[in-house]
Amino acid sequence: MQELTHETMIAVFEEIFGRSLFWLMVAAVALITLGYIYVLVRDRAVSWRKFLLAQLSMPLGAVLAVWFVMAMTRSRLSDIGGPVDVMLLLGIAALGAVGMAILVYTVEALIGSRRTTGGGDVR
Amino acid sequence: MAAVDAEARTVSTESGQRLDYDWLVVAPGLVLDHDAIEGFNLDMVGEKGIGALYAGPEHAARTWAAASRFAEEGGTGLFTRPATEMKCAGAPLKHTFLIDDIGRRAGNAGRMNMIYAAPQSALFGVPIVAEKVRMLFEDRGVETMMNRTLTAIDAGARRATFAVDGGTEEVDYDYIHVIPPQRAPDFVVQSGLAWADRWTDQGWVEVDMQTLRHLRYPEIFALGDVAGVPKGKTAASVKWQVPVVEDHLVAAIEGREGTATYNGYTSCPMITRIGRAMLIEFDYRNNLVPSFPGIIAPLEELWISWLMKEVALKPTYNAMLRGRA
Repeated sequence: MQELTHETMIAVFEEIFGRSLFWLMVAAVALITLGYIYVLVRDRAVSWRKFLLAQLSMPLGAVLAVWFVMAMTRSRLSDIGGPVDVMLLLGIAALGAVGMAILVYTVEALIGSRRTTGGGDVR
Repeated sequence: MAAVDAEARTVSTESGQRLDYDWLVVAPGLVLDHDAIEGFNLDMVGEKGIGALYAGPEHAARTWAAASRFAEEGGTGLFTRPATEMKCAGAPLKHTFLIDDIGRRAGNAGRMNMIYAAPQSALFGVPIVAEKVRMLFEDRGVETMMNRTLTAIDAGARRATFAVDGGTEEVDYDYIHVIPPQRAPDFVVQSGLAWADRWTDQGWVEVDMQTLRHLRYPEIFALGDVAGVPKGKTAASVKWQVPVVEDHLVAAIEGREGTATYNGYTSCPMITRIGRAMLIEFDYRNNLVPSFPGIIAPLEELWISWLMKEVALKPTYNAMLRGRA
């Protein structure tokens, strides 16, 4: 590869997903991240009650992410051919897990369930 | 484009228009010479076990109809390539690997007799890659028939004729993948732009390997498939060639000498089955020049290489056509 600039990366991603879907996804990620930061600042603490459900959802996020990539690229787990493939697979799973945890935590903090409404653990 | 008069610096178009130029970049691509295969024409593709996918998407779909029938029913599959230079010299190998994998997944490996036939004596232009492909073919049970050039097919009898060592050899097939000889458009030779002593049957533009500048007419450059350089008939090469031509063109217009050089960079994501590929990159000197040394091994069948090919390559080339990559 010659040079990988940010402009090139953005252009390629726009081609992969289509311009509107790509930016919609970027907006969604930005919104969720902002929401996460907002609730952290608002509550001034990580609520371990909320974090429990977020943590429990992490394996689901990991599996979903791997399944999504495999399905979109006509791949199977048996295609893993070397260490770099394992690292990539773990990376995709980790991204899915962390993404899901942030999503669940944020949604829970913003909407709230009876279990978790009322702020953090410390009263 | 109908003709170039390099002495008068004019270009004539097919509609009869005549245009003067100070600088000329020749990038018309290449011509598929299907007529060179006796007994073959493009209407046959998709039927009687004939595949030929270079002519475009419709022919690719028809090729798939014939190839998938072969992968289901089995028989002898003949996978050929031309004696000339060609776009992406890895493509004939990829087609072989993919059809083998598709048949294998359907549980028909035992019924398929896979034969790769090529005019060259090696499976790939880069020796270390040729050796790797030889090992993979051995592993998959793909036989090879080297030094054989496809010259004719008898579609009715499903028989292919190869030129070999001054004689001919006939091979029966159930499926054949035909890749036609590839040449520069006629106007290149007729306008005197081609090499006189190299690739004389193909007519590629006589340019300097490093600068892509015409060796006799310095105001002319060639880009892409038509350029008469030993490697580089791929989109990845064009991505490397364009900045070089741009540098020399801009410098020449400003009365300077350009400094950029093209080292023959070519990239060939060699698909070895659905879900795996080898990310092979090399230069004029047959050196491997991996983009991710130490991370993505060029001679290993990897999922990450398949992902790059599957997800990113076409989008990258589309972005390139829009001038954004």
